[in-house]
Amino acid sequence: MFNRRPEWRADNQPRRVTITLDGMAVEAFEGDSVAAALLSANPVFTRRSPVSGAPRAPYCMMGICFECLVEIDGVPNRQACMIPVRDGMAVKRQVPPPAVNAPAESAHES
Amino acid sequence: MKADVMVIGAGPAGLSAATEAARHGLKVMLLDEQASPGGQIYRALARNTPPPAGAPDILGEDYWRGRPLLDAIDQAAVEYVPGATVWTAETDPLTVGYLKDERSFLRAARSLIIATGAYERPVPVPGWTLPGVMSAGAAQILMKAGGAALNGRIVLAGSGPLLQLVTCQLLKSGAEIAGLLETTTTKDYLAAARHLPRALRARDLLRKGLEMRRTIKASGIRVHKGVTNLQCHGKETVDGISFESRGKPDRIEADLVLLHEGVVPHVQMSRLLDLSHEWFEPQRYWRPVVDEWGETSAKGVFIAGDGAGIDGARAAEASGRLAALQAAAQLGALPNAERDEQAGAAFAQKAKEQRIRPLLDHLYRPPAHIVCPEDPSTIVCRCEEVCVRDIHACMETGCDGPNQLKAYSRCGMGPCQGRMCGLTVSELMAKQRGVTPDEVGYYRIRTPIKPIPLSALAAMEADEEVVAS
Repeated sequence: MFNRRPEWRADNQPRRVTITLDGMAVEAFEGDSVAAALLSANPVFTRRSPVSGAPRAPYCMMGICFECLVEIDGVPNRQACMIPVRDGMAVKRQVPPPAVNAPAESAHES
Repeated sequence: MKADVMVIGAGPAGLSAATEAARHGLKVMLLDEQASPGGQIYRALARNTPPPAGAPDILGEDYWRGRPLLDAIDQAAVEYVPGATVWTAETDPLTVGYLKDERSFLRAARSLIIATGAYERPVPVPGWTLPGVMSAGAAQILMKAGGAALNGRIVLAGSGPLLQLVTCQLLKSGAEIAGLLETTTTKDYLAAARHLPRALRARDLLRKGLEMRRTIKASGIRVHKGVTNLQCHGKETVDGISFESRGKPDRIEADLVLLHEGVVPHVQMSRLLDLSHEWFEPQRYWRPVVDEWGETSAKGVFIAGDGAGIDGARAAEASGRLAALQAAAQLGALPNAERDEQAGAAFAQKAKEQRIRPLLDHLYRPPAHIVCPEDPSTIVCRCEEVCVRDIHACMETGCDGPNQLKAYSRCGMGPCQGRMCGLTVSELMAKQRGVTPDEVGYYRIRTPIKPIPLSALAAMEADEEVVAS
């Protein structure tokens, strides 16, 4: 989704770190949020909605929308936009199991 | 140990509040959810350096102007806790609960200054949940914090000073802008015109606004005015946006769509504390009721900055100082006469910044078709995927308020806890019932306002004062 501006890298000389997304290596820079690191790798989507299974990706990048929820080092539902990357971090997309994926019954009828 | 002043949020308001309070010898604690200070406006400023002379300054001079605030907090005797997520607060006794490095803490305070700022008004249009559709502010955060040069064909849509600013910043960074879709109408210009005389007394800000408009015009990008019927298209990711411009249908192919309709106070904390709020009609949002110092309906609880109404970063800085001065006076650290003397400059700065607001508030009024989406398939609650149609259906079976709607439809009950749907739900229900949003009311906000692991809750560390009470 984006490249790093050359002058930003030259001026700030951020340290490179590597994280993984579903086992695939993603290059990032120290100070990146996990969400920014993922977006830089063009992930198409970063989770699927637990209601319909529709693809989702970060919307606000500042902790409001919770669209960036991912599993980080085994802990689910972390806000990727609020967590800085750490070398070796293992990130997984959250995809609902088929049972949860089925359309929800309207709650008021039960 | 109990803090004299607890400040939540390290944006311009929180930084100046904490610095000012510490100057009067008070024990100050500053909690911030981010890893580095500055809030969203000065995000990642501590890690960035201005470009060398001659190179394009993509972020602009207003961004670098935050530096003294960061320097001041460095020097101040403040217990600054970055990476701290506040998940609860209570007024009686004043207590704040936060999560830091998987551990949870409960801290007591004598005064509380809430400086949690604002966020972008959600823009519910069909297709806005598609990957590749973001808020304009999100793109700006990538530019500030990640040194991003955004790829692909970008379309910006909506209204507001930030939309103009992000457009200019993207232009400077060499991004490919496929279109700017402005929802502002001729009627908005006319309504704003009568506020121009006051805005003329804020010449600097007015000049900046006009400069941005000139930059956009000179760039030659496609600008559509009077835009309605926005709709984002795509299967797994966005591939285009359709709209009507002054009634004429059109469509632009896009890889990235950036939506923006102004910013609104982040009221999660003030709602949690059950403080009094008032409806602000020109910008259609709720703001906590505060006095000239920022003190709320709860004694010793202040809101500083955009959390009490949108006035911008420079006014936020002044309001942070005012809240701290009043807190210091209340805690006996500053005689009232000295408080008043020291407050003069801050009151003046705030008033100066506010001169342009009536113009902006009316020119960039969020359009009715955005605050109250008409297409029945529009997703209102992104978390639980509740559409306009679902909300109408619930109302037909007797649901008439936002809290009841939660039980009917799960609307507002997902992880964002209503931040993304709250305003829209109140607007939709108000329109359907033929009353004002204020009459409909807002979601009741409960602890925890951010998710907290049960393990952290179980192993909570609390101040003696909190345990004793």
